[in-house]
Amino acid sequence: MTTTFEPATSREGPAPRPPGRIRSGVRAGARYPYWFYLPAAVVYLVLFIVPTVVSFFFSLTRWRLIDWEFIGFENFVMFFREAALVTGLVNTLIYGVLTSAAKVVLGLLLAVLLTSNIVGRDFLRSMVFFPVLVSTVGVGLTFEALMDPFGGVINNALEAVGLPGPGWLTNPSYALLSVALVDIWKGVGLATVIYIAGIVSIPREYFEAARVDGASAWDNFRYIILPLARPATTTVIILSLIGGLRSFDLIWTMTGGGPGFTSDVIASVIYKQYQAGFYGLSTAGNVVLFVVVTAIVVPLFWWLNRKEAEL
Amino acid sequence: MTRAVSTAARWRRFGLSAVSMAVLGVVFLVPFAFVVLAAVKTRQEASLLQLTWPTEWRIAQNFLEVLSARDYLLIIAFTNSVILTVSAVAISVILAALAAFVLQRRPSRWNPLINMLVLSGLIIPPAVVPTIWVLDGIGLFRTMLGLILVEVAFGVSFCILLFRAFLITVPRELDEAAVLDGAGPLRLFFRVILPLLRPVIITVVVVQSVTIYNDFVNPLYFLPGEQNATVQLTLFNFNSQYSNQYNLLFMDILLIMIPPLVMFLFFSRQIVAGMTSGAVKG
Amino acid sequence: MNGRTRPRPRRLAVLVGAALLLSACSAGSLGSSSDSGGGETLDFLIGNDESAVALGEALVEAFNATNQGVTVTLETRPGGSEGDNVVKTRLATGDMADVFQYNSGSLFQALTPQQQLTPLTGEGWVSTLQDDFRSSVSAGGEVYGAPWGASLGGGVLYNKPVYERLGLSVPTTWAEFMANSAAIKAAGIDPVVQTYGETWTSQLLVLADFHNVAAAEPGFAEQYTAGRVKYATSAPAIKGFQHLQEVHEAGYQNVDFASAELEDGLRKVATGEGAQYPMLTSTVIQMVANNPESAQDVGFFALPGDDAATNGATQWLPAGIYVPQTTTGAKLEAAKTFLNWVTGPDGCEVARTAVPPTGPFATAGCELPADVPAAVADFAGYVDDGRTSPALEFLSPVKGPALEQITVEVGSGIRSAQDGAALYDDDVRKQAQQLGLPGWD
Repeated sequence: MTTTFEPATSREGPAPRPPGRIRSGVRAGARYPYWFYLPAAVVYLVLFIVPTVVSFFFSLTRWRLIDWEFIGFENFVMFFREAALVTGLVNTLIYGVLTSAAKVVLGLLLAVLLTSNIVGRDFLRSMVFFPVLVSTVGVGLTFEALMDPFGGVINNALEAVGLPGPGWLTNPSYALLSVALVDIWKGVGLATVIYIAGIVSIPREYFEAARVDGASAWDNFRYIILPLARPATTTVIILSLIGGLRSFDLIWTMTGGGPGFTSDVIASVIYKQYQAGFYGLSTAGNVVLFVVVTAIVVPLFWWLNRKEAEL
Repeated sequence: MTRAVSTAARWRRFGLSAVSMAVLGVVFLVPFAFVVLAAVKTRQEASLLQLTWPTEWRIAQNFLEVLSARDYLLIIAFTNSVILTVSAVAISVILAALAAFVLQRRPSRWNPLINMLVLSGLIIPPAVVPTIWVLDGIGLFRTMLGLILVEVAFGVSFCILLFRAFLITVPRELDEAAVLDGAGPLRLFFRVILPLLRPVIITVVVVQSVTIYNDFVNPLYFLPGEQNATVQLTLFNFNSQYSNQYNLLFMDILLIMIPPLVMFLFFSRQIVAGMTSGAVKG
Repeated sequence: MNGRTRPRPRRLAVLVGAALLLSACSAGSLGSSSDSGGGETLDFLIGNDESAVALGEALVEAFNATNQGVTVTLETRPGGSEGDNVVKTRLATGDMADVFQYNSGSLFQALTPQQQLTPLTGEGWVSTLQDDFRSSVSAGGEVYGAPWGASLGGGVLYNKPVYERLGLSVPTTWAEFMANSAAIKAAGIDPVVQTYGETWTSQLLVLADFHNVAAAEPGFAEQYTAGRVKYATSAPAIKGFQHLQEVHEAGYQNVDFASAELEDGLRKVATGEGAQYPMLTSTVIQMVANNPESAQDVGFFALPGDDAATNGATQWLPAGIYVPQTTTGAKLEAAKTFLNWVTGPDGCEVARTAVPPTGPFATAGCELPADVPAAVADFAGYVDDGRTSPALEFLSPVKGPALEQITVEVGSGIRSAQDGAALYDDDVRKQAQQLGLPGWD
């Protein structure tokens, strides 16, 4: 959930070239030795890169951990043919797109509200942000109780105003959407603070100039905030998509992928196949998730950054 | 902004404030109020799942009962969570700061590759069973040390990016001066650079602590088993084992929410800074 | 040089060092450990679920008190697939406890008993074993296990006062069951309690129907293991899925079936809010603990099939106690002494009283106490009459992991019985291939 994105190229920054730079070629090794990479590199390569690379091989096997049998693309065929697994793939996309879109829209609106001069602004900001820091399992269990179809707080409140409360987590048509709703509740605070940081960094002069021109609040939003908050939008979209497509804990806590398979996502399918001892199939699920995430996030990241550069 | 605020504008401001307070209050506070109230009710009253004032307060009883449940498992879990969080964060900070230092200070033709590897760490979902396979191969599966290293591996990218961004603001003249004083690379890093990284270290420590403490997936996969449970795992298991004891369940949730709350009260600025870095440029 | 921050780095290094030290010793159990006496000591590995620990502790305490020169100490392991791994790994590495408890049936077969376990066929108590149990702990003509605790039954828990009030009698065919349900519904009571808030409970209509499958098609288990019959295409086997669909379509479930949990289901059938609950008799303990009057009020009947003549219940056999081949010499003799005691009258007495029995025991002469709850007594009646079959999992290693999700879908009207059975066949195929069974490629 916590990441940072800046195009790597802009990193080296404006720091003035040190005087010793020209002859530092000889001494750079002594001053900045490559072995400083070593501890991080060992842990990272052994426990992240190596498993990622071998996953491509083991996804093509029927794997028993102690031995394996090469079966070609059979695991992947299963992933795109077996109803229960296809559901997971489709749900992952729905969940990722839905939560990201909602976080962009609601995060921006909340940020505009919480940068205006309303009373209790700081308190409201903290209130909206706090769920980001709370245990996902705890949030999931709490909302499972709040969303209880019989006598839960939400349905009782709806009933009081004469609305029928649905079986939020038990109705196959709503289960995934209900979990997405809780995900948005928990995550919108992060989107909001990212947008707030973006809006606050907009130079005051823009608003001053707009005021002189007699711009309305809507004009301010449309012509100043929206375009200038673009980097924030990029960050929010990328972060929420990565989180949303990989999402597991909330879904697993609230529905376990149920009722039946109706709210399964790839990550919960991976877990269930792992539990069942289908290690090859589970790893194939990981590869599918890898492909889905990179195929969506990397081009989008590139495209959003290019659009930004054009501004 | 303006000196003469019209009464209409002032009223609008108060109206907007009141509506925001009410709506956001209901949406964001009611769930927490529900947790707190349910945590102090009797078993019967909590099982009704209503947002009502407790008729009987059982703070101490529920607290003790949840602590002692299943042979004091919660205390073991808190101990494990603390060990996990402290160790993983401490190791991440040192490893990431070392790597970020060289990465930022010493441009080379390897940098694009290293940058790409670092970014991959943020995007690529970890491959679960292969990671277990590797851990098993080096004898670290189902061990606390294995889980700590896994958390380090999965979080080190984020830490490196934060450190690297901050290092840009640390002038190289300091390096020069230290080297002229005869400092070797280790001395330069630990005596000169690391102390200057203090603000970003705080940010990294706070953000990573909250993340690792709240982590559910990695302990689930890499440290299964009763006695090694972290608080998030015990919470998850508690739900299935004590299905109708909602008072204890919510007391458990409440206790588990306290550490992040404390972090937030003391370090909200650093947390927000860490989580939003990258959103603002130029 | 800038000298305002001096001690920090060392403090940080100390922190990392301390962290590494801490991580070397993660917190263990805060519970107490047991002591050991003189003579030969035996390490006994059992599952860590509550009732297993209660039974284990009672058995060990009583046995150690007999002073036969053997002292047994308990060790626990996790349950489920994690426990399977522990047992398999420890056997494979020669690190197994002197005596251990583990499932009978196909999980026992997966331990490759001929290579890893000590045959106990020559022991005196083997002749007292009930036939079904004996074959569930036998491989290659040798018997390897002694029974651990009681068996349990799968069928329908029903509320007797409701049945009496409506003048109903225990159904012996599915048609009668549905007719009873119609009458119950007309009386404003939930006919069939379902609790999909705990997904495993949804499997009962399929799993507990196996007696009927076996009765209609005697060779089913072998054919199934060999991959020659499938749920979707076998007329007797698909019945369970169809029953689930029928119950849902007839509106016989409780209104909160999708979110209710086991405890809710037990309460409903105990209080008469619901009349019939397809369940295992192992849950009777919990039901009676929460609703004492249900000990008399709730009975048990076998899940009915098509033919009243073959009506009978599906039985889950007791787990076994085994001796690995790594236990030799004096330890082996001590282990045999222990098993002889466990299967004898004293062991039986402890098993009867330490935990409330869930069904009959597997040794002749070990009778249920007279005051068992009605549901357990009803189930014992089926066993005494010889009208039971072991559940499929004791006869075949093939069992798909996704059955509970599939039965939730069929029972909720998300998927048809035909579709569900076909999906389960796919699920099972994956598992059979994973086990490397012949005939599944």
